[in-house]
Amino acid sequence: MLTALLAMAGLTLFLGLVLGFAAIKFKVEESPLVQKIDAILPQTQCGQCGFPGCKPYATAIAAGEADINQCPPGGEEGIQRLSELLGVEPKPLNAEHGVTKPKSVAVIDENICIGCTLCIQACPVDAILGAAKHMHTVIEAECTGCELCIPPCPVDCISMKPLQEDITTWKWKYPMYAIKHF
Amino acid sequence: MRKLFDFHGGVHPAQHKAESATLPIATAPLPTRLIVPMHQHIGNRAKPIVSVGERVLKGQMIGQADGYISCAVHAPTSGTVSAIEMATVPHPSGLPDLCIRIEPDGEEQWVERTPLDYTTMNPSELRNRLRDLGLAGMGGAVFPSHAKLNPGRRANVPTLILNGAECEPWITCDDLLMRERADQIVAGGKIMQHMLGASEVLIGIEDNKPEAIQAMRAACAGTDFEVIVAPTKYPSGGAKQLTKILTGKEPPAGGRSTEIGVQVFNVATVYTLARAVLHGEPVISRVITVTGNVERPHNFEALIGTPVRELVALAGTPRADTQGYIMGGPMMGFNLPSDQAPLIKATNCLIATSPKLFPAPPPALPCIRCTLCAQACPVDLQPQELYWFSRAKEFGKAQEYDLFDCIECGCCDYVCPSNIPLVQYYRFAKSEIWAREREKDKADVARDRHEFRDYRIEREKKERADKLAAKTQGPKTPAPGQPAADSKQAAIQAAIDRAKLKRAGVEPKNVADLPPEKLQEIREIEARRAQLKQAMEKPSDTL
Repeated sequence: MLTALLAMAGLTLFLGLVLGFAAIKFKVEESPLVQKIDAILPQTQCGQCGFPGCKPYATAIAAGEADINQCPPGGEEGIQRLSELLGVEPKPLNAEHGVTKPKSVAVIDENICIGCTLCIQACPVDAILGAAKHMHTVIEAECTGCELCIPPCPVDCISMKPLQEDITTWKWKYPMYAIKHF
Repeated sequence: MRKLFDFHGGVHPAQHKAESATLPIATAPLPTRLIVPMHQHIGNRAKPIVSVGERVLKGQMIGQADGYISCAVHAPTSGTVSAIEMATVPHPSGLPDLCIRIEPDGEEQWVERTPLDYTTMNPSELRNRLRDLGLAGMGGAVFPSHAKLNPGRRANVPTLILNGAECEPWITCDDLLMRERADQIVAGGKIMQHMLGASEVLIGIEDNKPEAIQAMRAACAGTDFEVIVAPTKYPSGGAKQLTKILTGKEPPAGGRSTEIGVQVFNVATVYTLARAVLHGEPVISRVITVTGNVERPHNFEALIGTPVRELVALAGTPRADTQGYIMGGPMMGFNLPSDQAPLIKATNCLIATSPKLFPAPPPALPCIRCTLCAQACPVDLQPQELYWFSRAKEFGKAQEYDLFDCIECGCCDYVCPSNIPLVQYYRFAKSEIWAREREKDKADVARDRHEFRDYRIEREKKERADKLAAKTQGPKTPAPGQPAADSKQAAIQAAIDRAKLKRAGVEPKNVADLPPEKLQEIREIEARRAQLKQAMEKPSDTL
């Protein structure tokens, strides 16, 4: 009887020590969920989700404070991927936050621009080049198409230009062909 | 006798080579205009370096290579640049791309050509010269050749393979080139052997080209080159398939053939290399098969930039039932969007199609999982799985099943009893994956820029705050030896002293070397100034 009790107590102590040691030695860092969510978000930094950028939105989703359907640039595909990552049901895009538009870039009409620098301050990715009282221009390759530069412009010289497909960005289409019916 | 190996799968489609292989290569006459695309190769588009209205000479560089994976483009004949514009190019999308249009003057006046002394030249300089001569793979992939001729970290590439297999049906341009210009191909092979430090050079030719085999054997006499006859099976002309046949070696999945010490070049590329190095000629023309639904199927040596319409007219008046033109072979080629498109470095064959020669495929049936496609796949893939994943847009899964090892040879399409256009699905999946990669790269850049902007705004805020603090607290650094608390007092004292000094009047400076009369004059002026000052200050004192 006593031997059995001692053996059990000894085993408990030993296994407890092993587990305690393993918990310290092989400690797993908390899964970087915010980064994973942020990697799915399109990085437009447009703020249409109601947060000041993609990272804050990702943080809010991870904390359960925001829904996954608030990102119009990400669209249905973005929602799908977020739902897969988080293991929740996908839902349609919340219309309160806007609609998905084709990918575009901002274009400044350089004849109208008065060089007020307001758009430069508004751009979340520093993609507008210019100086006070000098013409501004958008660096097309850096522009995310967030439209944040449009409201501050006092002379309405900024417009959005949808990106055109060229032979380097062209994609093969999903095959469409006749299927035999019985 | 060398032991030959076999690759998995493959098919035996009807060859249709006899039609165009009977007549010798004809030189195409100068076309009425030339449209030279700037993007004829894999990599960055060449940058135009001529302007509209400029006269160019035959062989003059008109587009400069942009970066390492890129190559130059040259004027195919002498004439005037009439436009630099977006025009239809031979591309499955039918989208326009940047082209230089040249109106030939008919004089065919060459630019100065200097042969390269490849044995003494610095290897890196030689490769740069080849890039500037516009050398790219002429077998269809148009990968810039100079990049493939770099042995890289390896001291050398032991095996060089010259690819004369030409396995696609209908095409005979390499066959005719080997028959008629074997000497030049062997000369080009020697240059490549030197550049790569190859110890063996193998020339692989399918056994359906006996005349080419004979001509190449004759040209190789007295060299250590070996002409190897491979059995006819599609796609033995694929670089990795030919490597397997000749050496038994296979590069690892996703790997390059240089990893196993093999480099493969198409014989037409080897020929252009010989022309470039030994004669200083850039790539401005190529041999091309015009066949299919035409009166006289034929091989032409035509200038790059020749409109397809003018080229096919050389093979007889177009027939009424011609529907369009395939560029490349029937297995891997694509339908040209328009016969206005020009000939490019990759155009090895033009096939006029008719409903009789190329009937529309019968309607597709559901996949019955017969796995005939897997038996035919020369890369040992699982085409039916790739089909399911691509169809369901499960691109990650498709990549796990080595989608990017697919060479799009079309064997699976060819054998599919349900007539499913499998390769179309793989192309769709590949281009979707590439598009996602591009989007991801762009998003990463945007994230970095946004984070930097946030950091910059924080930094500027802090700098402003520091400046403000410095201003309100007086001079930042008190004079040495003085406690910080006294600094304010000291500053006030210094200001008072300065004011006193000012009031005392200005002491004349730099007067040491002046003659006495001048000094006297200065003293008088100072006296007058002092009087005036006193007169001005008096009223204020009385107030």
